[in-house]
Amino acid sequence: MTAQKSFKIIVTLLLTSIPFLSFSNEQAEEQEGKEKFNATEMIMHHIGDAHSWHFFGEGESAAVLPLPVILYTDNGLVSFMSSEFHHDTEGHHVVEKDGMSFVNYHENIYRLNPGAEEVEFDAEHQILNGSEPLDFSITKNVAALFLTVILMLVFFLSLSGHHKKNTHAPKGFNNLLETLVLFVRDEIALPNIGEKKYRKFMPFLLTVFFFIWITNILGLLPGAANVTGNIAVTVSLGLFTLVLILINGNKAYWQHIFWMPGVPTFVKPILAIVEIMGFFIKPIALMIRLFANITAGHIVVLSLLGLIFILESTGVAGVSVPFALFITVLELLVAFLQAFIFTMLSALFIGMAVEEHEHH
Amino acid sequence: MELLYVGLAALGAGLAVLGAGVGVGKIGGSAMDAIARQPEASGKIQTAMIIAAALVEGVALFGVVASLLGVLR
Repeated sequence: MTAQKSFKIIVTLLLTSIPFLSFSNEQAEEQEGKEKFNATEMIMHHIGDAHSWHFFGEGESAAVLPLPVILYTDNGLVSFMSSEFHHDTEGHHVVEKDGMSFVNYHENIYRLNPGAEEVEFDAEHQILNGSEPLDFSITKNVAALFLTVILMLVFFLSLSGHHKKNTHAPKGFNNLLETLVLFVRDEIALPNIGEKKYRKFMPFLLTVFFFIWITNILGLLPGAANVTGNIAVTVSLGLFTLVLILINGNKAYWQHIFWMPGVPTFVKPILAIVEIMGFFIKPIALMIRLFANITAGHIVVLSLLGLIFILESTGVAGVSVPFALFITVLELLVAFLQAFIFTMLSALFIGMAVEEHEHH
Repeated sequence: MELLYVGLAALGAGLAVLGAGVGVGKIGGSAMDAIARQPEASGKIQTAMIIAAALVEGVALFGVVASLLGVLR
């Protein structure tokens, strides 16, 4: 019994160390080479977006999933696979397409001016002879986003399919999903929006909750994209809440913003300014909270592992790897908590906008 | 000059953490008191505690992001 238990513990520990494999691989190889290990560069590379999905390895032996680059230039749409850059992000490898040449400089695609054969930089490493076209590429983040969408479709179409045919509770994984759906309804929507109106907002709240949670968890996997740690993604999520408040806010809500009842007249304009500011700060706070929490979590784990290479000693690994493991497990909690908080606050703001004020 | 910016950013991050530490500590302490008084309501108190702690943590992270922007200018 005890032997079995300790075996289980060892297997669990080994499994939990898998997320670090891809980091360790990469850093070891970076270390062997040329210049000193640059922690900031490594961290930025890991939390940033990219035009190809890099799993592990370096150079030609790297496991990389090439993704399509789609650009809107003056001469129309241009598309090619990111593998044509041959893993070059320093702007040296020029890709010729439709009579135009493109380079990838730190994951920004530049179009070289006509006639230019090579990239020229000024003293501050800005590209001199090129401009950035509009970039609609399927980047790593977009691909990870699609993956979440597919996963959600698979999960919830099967759940709704079950309920079309049966009236009893589903079994297995669907039962788990149903528990979470009921959690969102009973703990988030009902208390914050109220019994009369919550049904209308359930689709939005459920979608946001599961989208954030699934992308957060996928983001913790080795080699995964940092989708919810991308400010553009969280801006969009915050805007959805803002638009829902705009559309559904009732008369009493707008009256409380622009002309607060029950206070002296000279205070009303001051309150209006404060309330209007608050109206915009709500979604901004939502957006920064999610972005900062997820990005900070990734940075902490990467910094702890980076310490090994900054101090150039394997002994540090004995401390920093268990600590990084602890933070990663904490991130599992944060992944759920942030999805919950985002949904909860969205529900709260919507609830404030649709609330009926009977008397004053 | 570069070092000054990095130092200021680190100081900012430290101050943000200080504030969050005080905030989360107070929330946790009050929640402990409340649970000791009414152990049967511990579930509800825990939920409220976690929400409040996450809000405080969010504010601290605003500070961390601001200092990050300072370092990575």
